[in-house]
Amino acid sequence: MDSATSDPGAPRQALSSTADNGLKIVIVGGFGVGKTTMVRSVSEIRPLNTEETMTQAGEAVDHTDGVAAKTSTTVAFDFGRITLDARNVLYLFGAPGQERFWFLWDRLFSGTLGAVVLVDTRRLADSWYAIDRLEHHGTPFVVACNDFGGPAHTPEQIRAALDLPSEVPLLFCDARSRESSKQVLISLVQHLQHLSSLQPLP
Amino acid sequence: MSRVRPGRDDSPDRLYTLTGGRSRSGSDAFDLVTLIVAECDPVPGMQSEHAAILRMCRYPTAVVEVAAELGLPVSITRILLADLLAAGRVSARHPRAAKYRLPEPELLEQVLVGLRNL
Repeated sequence: MDSATSDPGAPRQALSSTADNGLKIVIVGGFGVGKTTMVRSVSEIRPLNTEETMTQAGEAVDHTDGVAAKTSTTVAFDFGRITLDARNVLYLFGAPGQERFWFLWDRLFSGTLGAVVLVDTRRLADSWYAIDRLEHHGTPFVVACNDFGGPAHTPEQIRAALDLPSEVPLLFCDARSRESSKQVLISLVQHLQHLSSLQPLP
Repeated sequence: MSRVRPGRDDSPDRLYTLTGGRSRSGSDAFDLVTLIVAECDPVPGMQSEHAAILRMCRYPTAVVEVAAELGLPVSITRILLADLLAAGRVSARHPRAAKYRLPEPELLEQVLVGLRNL
């Protein structure tokens, strides 16, 4: 192991020198739904935080003054890491679910294996936009309801409220639990395998 | 174009100085999960951020981890990495996952095995 004493932050667990393929899964959801909790539950490193500054032509933002304005937005996001084998390393990103971050999403989504939409059943409407964006982007996803001990809903009720197609897996989880969070990720990958089997194209 | 954001901790001037005045790297050559590997040790007189990157990338380190450890935005980190890559001081291992279609079945199987072993 390297000494990291002169680097900022805590010492970090190094990857194997054979690691050569980074993979991404995005966990999206509204504020306080447990995205970082889920990342922490399965990550081999303490979740790290960084930010991305995005400049975006403001065509959909403001037409009032006729100026071709650009908006620059800084978005912070958390991430964690799972070493899968000697070569593959999976990074989990907790992405903010608010509407104004859509351009960050489109960038995060490109090249991701898929997404987990983390849902608080007491605030289902918070997830509508995320699901809409993922469908629009063609990113495969599963929906996981984080257990906050609220009133129980049947899967049918939740599907109806989210207008969720029957082919999208709907799961229940406890984001604080490593095993439960791991199962959510496994379900996403199994969903990808299923989708892959439906597409016999090369 | 950069706009001063009142209340931000990071001084835009400082970030500007780090990159020699550039605000974009000109390409999206580095994915968030591109793994960076140092090809040499830091040398005296090197820009401190470059030296820090070479130290932390003795083992493969994702772009997003480099940014988090440096405490810099990903966009600024990309510019620093592009300089080091151009100088041959780091190499980049880009993700193999296809950008706009489902990954290969073999890769999915490897991911599944890895997750089950957690």
